[in-house]
Amino acid sequence: MKIRVNGESRSVEDGMTVAALLAELDLEPLRCAVERNRQLIPRARHSETVLNEADELEIVSLVGGG
Amino acid sequence: MPETVKTMEPLRIADFEIASRLFVGTGKYATYELMRDALAESGCDVVTVAVRRERMVDADGRNILDFLDPDKYTLLPNTAGCFTAEEAVRTARLGRELLEGLGNSGAGWVKLEVLGDKTTLLPDPIGSLEALKVLKSEGFTVLCYTSDDPIIAMRLKDAGADSVMPAGAPIGSGQGILNPCNIRIILEQLKDGDERFPVIVDAGVGTASDVTIAMELGADGVLLNTGIAGAERPVQMAAAMRHAIEAGYLAGRSGRIPRKLYATASSPLEGVIGIK
Repeated sequence: MKIRVNGESRSVEDGMTVAALLAELDLEPLRCAVERNRQLIPRARHSETVLNEADELEIVSLVGGG
Repeated sequence: MPETVKTMEPLRIADFEIASRLFVGTGKYATYELMRDALAESGCDVVTVAVRRERMVDADGRNILDFLDPDKYTLLPNTAGCFTAEEAVRTARLGRELLEGLGNSGAGWVKLEVLGDKTTLLPDPIGSLEALKVLKSEGFTVLCYTSDDPIIAMRLKDAGADSVMPAGAPIGSGQGILNPCNIRIILEQLKDGDERFPVIVDAGVGTASDVTIAMELGADGVLLNTGIAGAERPVQMAAAMRHAIEAGYLAGRSGRIPRKLYATASSPLEGVIGIK
């Protein structure tokens, strides 16, 4: 299925969870935060949250700023 | 008994107690090493960070968190770059999630910025107020960036801001405290009957004297980023900022002499030689 991650289209396996997506992207879960369709998905729910077709994900981390 | 010299009292913002009144941003350093050294030299305890899309592929594979000890610093996530209340609220939630992941005490607070214009980066006061109300209802401690307008500063305080952060000048402009009269009015009005309400001058600092002026006016602290990061010698400027915050804190609480038009001699006028 197709989802969008940080504004870019991406094909992922049907039924993929947020946790599995982070692993596929090689991201450290403790250093990123995930939003699906404008709703925060708390870290504790990453492994139970199944992605759906056309989901829009934002995956963010901390950067330098003032 | 000799007069004792005060040392800086810790700054309290809601449940946070902070030793250094200088808050320093982590943006725009040439290297992470330079950032780490400048932050250490500044003596700050609070550092601001921004929340941005993960780039997935990092050229050097390095992360800012490898250069910020979460046991030494309290991270203050900002909502910089947000132009609507909704974006700012979402960014604040993501920031809290990120800081919870790090186990950093900064998970409880946010520096709220809702911007109104891309060239001036001046805050949108109406968007700021809307976002502030939502974030307060979700339990955030909110430090609210604003312009130096005393009316909106009071509106933000009344809506529950835990600290109001008026700009000295536009972000990154290095122009210093452009309207010290407005900063004074904000301080007088927000602290009227509530002396401990924290007002922090945020943005516009170009050099150490700007920090000292802000503190002499009676600000509780100063937040800056470009003033250090953009200096030719950031680590040395960070040391200057550390001295400046203490100089301004102490001078502002020492009862300065009034300004007078004419001179008053410091040396006795009597006993000068050669007088007949």
